[in-house]
Amino acid sequence: MPKTHTADLLDQYFLKERLPTIWCPGCGLGTANGAILRGFEAAGIDQDKTVLVNGIGCSGRTAAYLDFDVLKGTHGRAIAFATGIKLYRPELNVIVMAGDGDTLAIGGNHFIHAARRNVDIKVILFNNFIYGMTGGQVSPTTPAGAKASTAPEGYNERAFDACKLAEAAGASFVARATSYHVQLLSKVVRDALTHTGFALIEILAQCPQQYGRWNKSGDAFEMLMWEKENTVRVEQARNMLPENLAGKFVIGELVRH
Amino acid sequence: MTRKLLQGNEACVEAAIAAGVRFFAGYPITPATEIAEGMARDLPKVGGIFIQMEDEIGSIAACIGASVAGAKALTASSGPGISLMLENIGFAVISETPVVIVNVMRGGPSTGLPTFPAQMDVMQARWGSHGDYPIVAFAPSSVRETYELTVKAINTAEMLRNPVFLLSDAMVGHMREAISLPEPEELELFERRRPEPDEVDFAPHRGSQDGFEIPLMARFGDGFRFHVDSNVHDDYGFPATENNPMADRLIHRLNNKVKAHADELILVDEDQLEDADIAIFAYGSSARSAMEAVEIARRRGLKVGLLKAKTLWPFPENYVEKWTRRVKAWVVPEMNLGQMVREVSLVVKGRVPVYPLNRVDGLLIEPHQILSLIETQVLSLA
Repeated sequence: MPKTHTADLLDQYFLKERLPTIWCPGCGLGTANGAILRGFEAAGIDQDKTVLVNGIGCSGRTAAYLDFDVLKGTHGRAIAFATGIKLYRPELNVIVMAGDGDTLAIGGNHFIHAARRNVDIKVILFNNFIYGMTGGQVSPTTPAGAKASTAPEGYNERAFDACKLAEAAGASFVARATSYHVQLLSKVVRDALTHTGFALIEILAQCPQQYGRWNKSGDAFEMLMWEKENTVRVEQARNMLPENLAGKFVIGELVRH
Repeated sequence: MTRKLLQGNEACVEAAIAAGVRFFAGYPITPATEIAEGMARDLPKVGGIFIQMEDEIGSIAACIGASVAGAKALTASSGPGISLMLENIGFAVISETPVVIVNVMRGGPSTGLPTFPAQMDVMQARWGSHGDYPIVAFAPSSVRETYELTVKAINTAEMLRNPVFLLSDAMVGHMREAISLPEPEELELFERRRPEPDEVDFAPHRGSQDGFEIPLMARFGDGFRFHVDSNVHDDYGFPATENNPMADRLIHRLNNKVKAHADELILVDEDQLEDADIAIFAYGSSARSAMEAVEIARRRGLKVGLLKAKTLWPFPENYVEKWTRRVKAWVVPEMNLGQMVREVSLVVKGRVPVYPLNRVDGLLIEPHQILSLIETQVLSLA
């Protein structure tokens, strides 16, 4: 029986002596991590045969508290490290856990090429729309017009859609969930782990301390409500007109082949 | 024993595979591409993995990942590509991950002189990544030495758990010479020391502070569930970024590893130095010119000898010290504007004159240039 209780998951997967985490109050990473571990549990992965590869920044600590083989490398290179691990030891599950800056800015080249190769690694992308640990700078997913410490008057560039980028580059599994939609998140993590080929799971996760403060988005609760109200399930989105989807994030399993 | 006519770059491939390299990630670049091509052809035949990555940053990252997963890994490039690899070379140092980087040197800066040899990257190899870190670099001057030093570089990386450079150049990499390849059983290979499978308190960074005892290295996927971290970390690999004494201890221990093993890392050839008045310090292709210069000088009755450094880092300072006490002058020919001559001078400390001889036009230093310097300038003072 898969474990579902938090206490059981803590015992099974966490290095409890490493806790508490470094994350700010209200951060979405902890909730997301819990849902991810429930996905691991549901997929029945072997903890001794699973390698987690972290990037840098707040999300670069998502594996630091976990009882797995973990590599936390240099900024932007998590996917390249993971590619080497997976190619040499194909029997291992290799899971990248990194942020929007790590994956789409400094590491963007590795991201698209890993998707193109369809290398059998799973990339869990925590998208909080900002560089949190360095104090709130714009990232490639910061929405146009949003504010940040390096765009105090509002960002005048367009954001990447990580899921569309991965799909166009050749990813064979693409899904999106949020720190609000935790059951969906666990499900897509489980499904990605049972899929063979490159998988992207984008997680929208709130950052009240940096993104929220700059953009007056409210506290964690209000930001979670934003995630609820600005997302549309993929099944529902298929029957909607493009104009009604403008500004919304489609969530669920978006690509699988 | 098989005799083969090989390019330096081909000898590097033969040696790497014979020494157990089973992972290569790289990116095309002149004059190193033949190494990638050879690996693409030969690695799959022995069950190894070849991948052409999207850039050199990804290439060394993939090699480091494969190494942590248990592979002997090697990558090859030239100046522009090496510049891109530098950050992750520091990661290999702090994570104590064995990896060999072959730099087939060409002229710089930037894309410089792609098809011509140079020796401009010897200081980059030592200091190019940020932070204070230990490095080892070997410099072959022939196809045979390319074979021997490739094996030595791989053994050294595995033994020290540290990145190791092979500093070849466009001349050595592309020249062809007949060499005798050793039989596989003749090669002395170092295999990474792993913890026992039942080790209960495995600490991937627990080594002796003097650097002599190198920590054991487990593989990912063997049940140890260990962490590898780019930050300053404790013996278990967990970040210790607010622990200043821990940082001090780690940085010293990492650097001590090369110091503690310097004697077994430093390789030189001492040629006709016993009675020499003038010693040449040379390495790589410049050492070939220096060998010829010594021959001609001796025929002319001049007492000239050669200290050929096959190891550049750690610098063979004891050998320079030893001969400084005996000779009247040093000559240091290099295909750069004077890099290793600084190291020679640091040891010599003004006791005898040190003459640099430099060339940066992409052409080899010729023996007559060395002789001319000796006859017109050095002899009058020595």
